[in-house]
Amino acid sequence: MSSPDTVAAAAEAGRYGQGGVPPAGAMERFTSYDVEAFEVPGGREENWRFTPMKRLRGLHDGTATFDGTAAVDVSAGGAGTGVTVETVGRDDARIGEGGVPADRVAAQAWSAFREATVVTLDGTPEPVTITLNGPGAGATAVAHLQVRTTPHTEATVVVEGRGSGALADNIEFVVADGSKLVVIVTEEWADDAVHVSGQHIALGRDATIVATSIAFGGDLVRVSPTVTYTAPGGSAELFGLGFADAGQHLEQRLLVDHSTPHCSSNVLYKNALQGKEGVTDAHTVWIGDVLIRAAAEQTETFEFNRNLVLTAHARADSVPNLEIETGEIAGAGHASATGRFDDEQLFYLQSRGIPEDVARRLVVRGFFGEILSRIPLAELRERLEAAVEAELAVTGA
Amino acid sequence: MSTLEIKDLRASVTTDAGAKEILRGVDLTVRAGETHAIMGPNGSGKSTLAYAIAGHPKYEITGGEVLLDGENVLEMSVDERARAGLFLAMQYPVEVPGVSMANFLRSAATAVRGEAPKLRTWVKEVKGAMDALEIDQTFAERSVNEGFSGGEKKRHEVLQLSLLKPKVAILDETDSGLDVDALRVVSEGVNRYKAAGDVGVLLITHYTRILKHITPDVVHVFAGGRIVESGGAELADELETNGYVKFTGAAAGVEVAS
Repeated sequence: MSSPDTVAAAAEAGRYGQGGVPPAGAMERFTSYDVEAFEVPGGREENWRFTPMKRLRGLHDGTATFDGTAAVDVSAGGAGTGVTVETVGRDDARIGEGGVPADRVAAQAWSAFREATVVTLDGTPEPVTITLNGPGAGATAVAHLQVRTTPHTEATVVVEGRGSGALADNIEFVVADGSKLVVIVTEEWADDAVHVSGQHIALGRDATIVATSIAFGGDLVRVSPTVTYTAPGGSAELFGLGFADAGQHLEQRLLVDHSTPHCSSNVLYKNALQGKEGVTDAHTVWIGDVLIRAAAEQTETFEFNRNLVLTAHARADSVPNLEIETGEIAGAGHASATGRFDDEQLFYLQSRGIPEDVARRLVVRGFFGEILSRIPLAELRERLEAAVEAELAVTGA
Repeated sequence: MSTLEIKDLRASVTTDAGAKEILRGVDLTVRAGETHAIMGPNGSGKSTLAYAIAGHPKYEITGGEVLLDGENVLEMSVDERARAGLFLAMQYPVEVPGVSMANFLRSAATAVRGEAPKLRTWVKEVKGAMDALEIDQTFAERSVNEGFSGGEKKRHEVLQLSLLKPKVAILDETDSGLDVDALRVVSEGVNRYKAAGDVGVLLITHYTRILKHITPDVVHVFAGGRIVESGGAELADELETNGYVKFTGAAAGVEVAS
């Protein structure tokens, strides 16, 4: 129990009212479809300060040339009943219903895309898989995808990111009144890939999204989901799981913007990290901004980020941030914890006779299982579980 | 016939102000078939005794010995102690997110029994043990202790006790936070465990009410990090009437551990 792997976890947890003044207000965040409306970030700005700008392949400063294409493929099963796949131009009226870019890379992708893929789900279609293909090693591309539902639809969509190269994109999820959309987005990129993605989730009246974000691959992956509620009764369940190896930068920047009454959000993001001596640190960044605006009475929200540091040479940044403008809320809280193995969990398992190495395996598998077990598609879940096993085999954790 | 012998056990905990001695020479022998109750005021160190025997890394053993059937428990790892036949039902069972109760119980039974239980009989065995403790079967698929109420956690501690069948069980304030019905269910579970085998029970409690359900052979009063008086069940009655004042006096001059 006294090995260096079990050093006590540094943990912090807080609730609104105890955390003091948030470091930066997200209430007045600047948004625009036009890349030129954003200043070129240098890396010190609040929303760029954790990102290794030099590894962005010029996506942020206008030096990138979009010499590649990122094919968006919709699975054959997706051609079934209740699934419509369209390729549309920039002028399609539906584009932008999900939200507006809030950083220069997202705006760059928006300004540069020529055609968008729109997938419309109606009724209770079979699960749809959409593959986002990297443009290939050394190439750079932008993409635009919108997934939308008709009212009272219940559907499941998997968006898989694969391949090499640099990709900046915007992905819109427009969830109509009374719909429930289950989304699993996987970042399974090759080692060289850079993916900077703006996700825009717009929820209609009584609409629900259950979104799970899985980040395993890529050199640099930065995903910024924003949730907006266009009418009361919306519910967002946002889960995430990242596994950063030596040299990888995985960044998740969430904003849940409560602006209408009787909506809820629940965020649970977990990252595991394992680094290697002599290689750039494995790095995860989780930003969890939740806004409850004055009009958003009876909001219920909770967000939690947990990071499991498996080895040295790894760094997890975690910034939960809750801004509340009304006292009439149902509940709000946030928590963040970063550490190595939980000594108390290991003690408990061992006190039942379970050997230390088995107990460790249980705790680590349990850490991932809490997210993966929620994925309703058995085949996908098993593939991701196998990916976790392959990652863990690297350090024998 | 198992025997747990605790001889002059001393343990300290590291605080910001340096090492602080909490156990100050505990002597106690629990033989198979016996139930010992350890009663004491808050902060007397009685939970520390439980955790020190189980091997919690927070406590440093500074003297004395603990023997189970002559084997030196203090030289064993936490899991070896459990496999040797010790069990600690914790006051605050730990939540382990993502690990299902079913997986946990099977892993523990496999470790303690030295081989994986046969699936068919195991499923039946677990179901029977859960029914006996009035635990809903759906708990098997829930994460270990996660989101359980205080009473549900205690029932699951006794569930583990009944499945792992240790030689000596230490129950640390298993009664605290239980309502009358839960206390009855949990106590009956402990009594079934006692009746089923030649086992020793060390019952740590602050209150006498659990002793109306689980009859002790010996009652010890714990104060200032050691046993200050021992007697029969009637000693519990005296504590019920007079409280601990007399005994905290007996430990006077000894700083009371937190």
